[in-house]
Amino acid sequence: MEIGPIVRALLRNKLGAVLIAAQIAFTMTVIINAVFIINERSRLMARPSGLDEANIFHVVNIGYGENYREDIVIEDDLAMLRQMPGVRSASSINAIPVSGGGSSTGIRATDDPDTASTPTAIYRADEQIFETLGLNLIAGEYFRAADMRIRSEPGETLADKAVVSAALAEELFPDLSVNEVVGRTAWLPGVVPIQIVGVVERLQAAWPNASFVENSIVVPELYIDTFTRYIVRAEPGRRDSLMAEVEEMLASRPVDRVIRDMESLEQTRESSYRIDSAMSTILSIVIVTLIFINSMGIVGLAVFSINRRRKQIGTRRALGATRPAILRYFMLENFFITSIGVVIGAVLTIALSIVLTTNFNMPTMAWYYTPIGAVLLVLIGQLAALGPSTRAAAIEPAIATRSV
Amino acid sequence: MFFYYVRLAALSYKRNPILSTLMVLAVAIGIGAYMVVFTLNYTMGGDPIPHKSAQLFHVQLDNGDPDRENDPPDQLTYIDAMALQEAGRAFRQTASSKLSVIVEPTNPEIRPFSVIGRGAFADFFPMFDVPFLYGQGWNAEADENIEQVVVLSRETNERLFGGANSVGETVVLAGMNFQVTGVLDYWDPVPKFYDVNNGPFDSGEALYIPWHHTVQSDLPRTGNTNCWKPLEGTGQEAFLNSECVWIQYWVELRSRAEEEDYLSFLNAYTNEQRNLGRFQREQNNKLFDVQERMIEQEVLPDETRILSVLAAMLLAVCLLNTIGLLLAKFLGKSAEIGARQALGAHKGSLFVQHVIEAGFIGLLGGLIGLVLAYFGLEGIKILIGDQITVSDWVHLDVPVVLVTITLAIGCTIVAGLYPIWRACNINPAIHLKTQ
Repeated sequence: MEIGPIVRALLRNKLGAVLIAAQIAFTMTVIINAVFIINERSRLMARPSGLDEANIFHVVNIGYGENYREDIVIEDDLAMLRQMPGVRSASSINAIPVSGGGSSTGIRATDDPDTASTPTAIYRADEQIFETLGLNLIAGEYFRAADMRIRSEPGETLADKAVVSAALAEELFPDLSVNEVVGRTAWLPGVVPIQIVGVVERLQAAWPNASFVENSIVVPELYIDTFTRYIVRAEPGRRDSLMAEVEEMLASRPVDRVIRDMESLEQTRESSYRIDSAMSTILSIVIVTLIFINSMGIVGLAVFSINRRRKQIGTRRALGATRPAILRYFMLENFFITSIGVVIGAVLTIALSIVLTTNFNMPTMAWYYTPIGAVLLVLIGQLAALGPSTRAAAIEPAIATRSV
Repeated sequence: MFFYYVRLAALSYKRNPILSTLMVLAVAIGIGAYMVVFTLNYTMGGDPIPHKSAQLFHVQLDNGDPDRENDPPDQLTYIDAMALQEAGRAFRQTASSKLSVIVEPTNPEIRPFSVIGRGAFADFFPMFDVPFLYGQGWNAEADENIEQVVVLSRETNERLFGGANSVGETVVLAGMNFQVTGVLDYWDPVPKFYDVNNGPFDSGEALYIPWHHTVQSDLPRTGNTNCWKPLEGTGQEAFLNSECVWIQYWVELRSRAEEEDYLSFLNAYTNEQRNLGRFQREQNNKLFDVQERMIEQEVLPDETRILSVLAAMLLAVCLLNTIGLLLAKFLGKSAEIGARQALGAHKGSLFVQHVIEAGFIGLLGGLIGLVLAYFGLEGIKILIGDQITVSDWVHLDVPVVLVTITLAIGCTIVAGLYPIWRACNINPAIHLKTQ
C-alpha cells in the first residue's frame, strides 16, 4: 500500500488538505443537525390527533344586533346541519383540536386545592361531539344529552361528567387501568368535582407545541354566546362540496350574523404546522446546497493538485505504476482527508447538538446520527474525488519526458 | 492603477472561467444564505420604534399565584389597569386590549363583517407616534365620557369608505353609532411591540375605540386571558373583580428620574393592595422599556436563531472553499506573476493587484448573493404564508444591501489573504526558467 508516500505528500502540502477537512467538518456539523431537526419536526407533524381529520370542517358564527337570539339560533343551526344530506354528524364546540387556539385548565385527582394540578385542554361540547370528531372510545361510555349543561356567563364548570383522553387518565391515575379510571372523580379549579364516564384512545389539545398536547377533557357544556363554533363531519368524499353548501345554508337564514373562518381540519393542521414544514424545506435546501458546494470544493482542489503533479504521475506510470494504482492513490488521499474531516466534524456535530438542546428546547440527538453521517460524508467525498482521480489515472507515461 | 488592476482581474476571470465561476458561486451562496437569515433577524428583532424605544415602558405587576414561582404576569387585571389609569402618574399612559366587533356598513351592498379592534385611551396615539392619514385620535374627554368615537385603520377605511376622507362619518359598531375622528396611515410595527403576547408578528387592529366601551358594552375580548384563581361567582362583575390578567399597559416616561418615580409609585400601589389581601408574593413589579421587553419576551422565534447558527457555518464552508479555489487560481498563474516580478513589479503592487482581484470576485459574488437573498426571502414568505400576517414584513432595504456587498467583498479579501501572500512570495526565477 502507498500509505507512507500519501501521508508524506500530504504533509508537504498541508493547506489544501486542511481546507478540505475543515469544509467537511463544518458541512457534517450542519447536515447532521439539520437532518435531526427535520426528522424531529416530521415526527411532531406525524402525531395523530385522534380525529377523523379527512372528513371534518369547522366554521365560526358571530351574531349581532338586538334581534339575535343565540339560544334559538344555535339549536336551529345544529338541527338544520344534521339534516343536510352528506352530513354524518355536527356539533358545537368551544375550540378546534390542533388549531392553535383553545381553552386550558388544571385538573386534580384529589379535592385538595394545594396539590399540584395536571394541565389539560378542556373542550366544551354537546353529546354528539364524539361521533363528529370520530374518536375511539376505549373504556366506559360517552356522556348523553341529559348530562348537558347550558351556561351564558363565564364562571366555574357546571358539568358533572366528562370524557378524558387516555394520556390524561394515565397522568391523573398512574396506578389504575383505563377501565378502573371510569367512574372516578377528578376536580377542576374551584374544587368542582367531575365524574369521568369514559376514556378515548386519543384526543389532542389545541396547541401542537404544548407540553401537555395529549391531555384533553371533554365536558357536556354549551356556552350560549354570540360567538359559536360549529364542527361538522361529512360522509367520505362529501367534505368539499358540503363546506360550500353549509356556508350557503347558514348565510341564507334570516339571522343577523357573520359567518367566517370556514376551514377543513386538514387546512387547520397545515397552517398550525406551517412553520415546522417551512423549517424542514429551508433545511433541506441548506443540506443540498452544502453537499453541492462541498463536492465542488473537493473537485476543484483535486483537479488543481493533480494538475500540479502531472509530471510526477507520468513518471510513476513510466516506472511501472498501473492505472488502478494511480486511481487508488488519489482515492486513498481523499479518504484520508475526509476521514480527518469527519473526526473533527463528529466533535463539532455533538457540540452543536448540545448547544441546540440546551438553548432551544430540543430533544437529545440519537447516537446513530453522527456515525451514519460520517460514513455518508466519506462516501460523498469518494464520489466527488472519483472524476478527478480517473483523469489522473488517464495521464500518459510519455508526459514524464516532456518539459511541462 | 486601480482600473488597470480591475481590468487585470476581469482578464484573469476570463482566462480561468470555470474556477472563477465556482468561486463567485461559493461566495454568492454563502452570502445569500447568510443575508436571508440576517434580514429575518434584522426585521424581526429590530427596534420597532427607534426614536422612542427608551421612553416607552411596559408595566407588569406581580399579582401571580403565591403558591407558584413564576415571572410576573405579562398583563394587568381590570382593577389594576383602571387604578393606574386613574392615578395618571406617568407623562402618558394607556391601557389597551383586543376586542372583536361587528361592523355594519351603512352601504347596504357591503355585508356586515367582524373585525379585531382595540380598546385604548387617548394617549395611545401620541405615545406610539401612530401616523394619521386623516384627522386625529380622540381626546381625554372622549375617554372620560365614553364617547362613541372611532379611529379606523387605512385598510378598514378602504373597505368602508373606498379610501375617502371619512372623518365625521358614522360607523355602526356592535349596533351603536360611532363617529370617525381619524384614519391611520399604514402602521405595522415589527415586532408589534405594544402587544407581543398576542402574536408579535400579527398585523395591527382594524379600528380603535375608547377603552371603556370594552366594559360598558361587554364587547367580546379576543386577546390572551390568564386566570390563576377561579372567579368568585359568575358574570362580568366577577370577571372584572378577579385576578384574571388581560390588559396591556404602557407608560411614557421622559427621564431616568421619572422612571424611578413611576416604579416606586407602582410599588407603593401594590403594597397598598397587599394590605387588602392581594399581591401575596414578594414585590416583583417590572418596568421594561421596548427593547428590554422584546428581549425578555424572546420575540425572535427559535427557528430564526437556529438558522442563524447554521447560516454562519454555511458561510464558513463557502469561504473555506473560496480560500482553496483562490489558492489554486493564484498559484496556477505563477508564471505570470514571475514575469511581472521580473519586469519590475514589487511585492506591494502584486499585493494590491491580488487584493483587487479577490475583491472583484467578492463583488460579483455579493451581487449574485443579493439576487439569491431576494429569491430566498420571497421563498420563505411563500413557505410561511399567512402565519406571519404583517404585510411586506421582510424586504431588502438599503442598509441590508450595503451590508451584503461589504460583507461579500470583505470576506473574500480576508479569505484571499493567505493565497495572496503565497502569490506575492513565489520565486520568479523558477517560474521563468520553465517558460
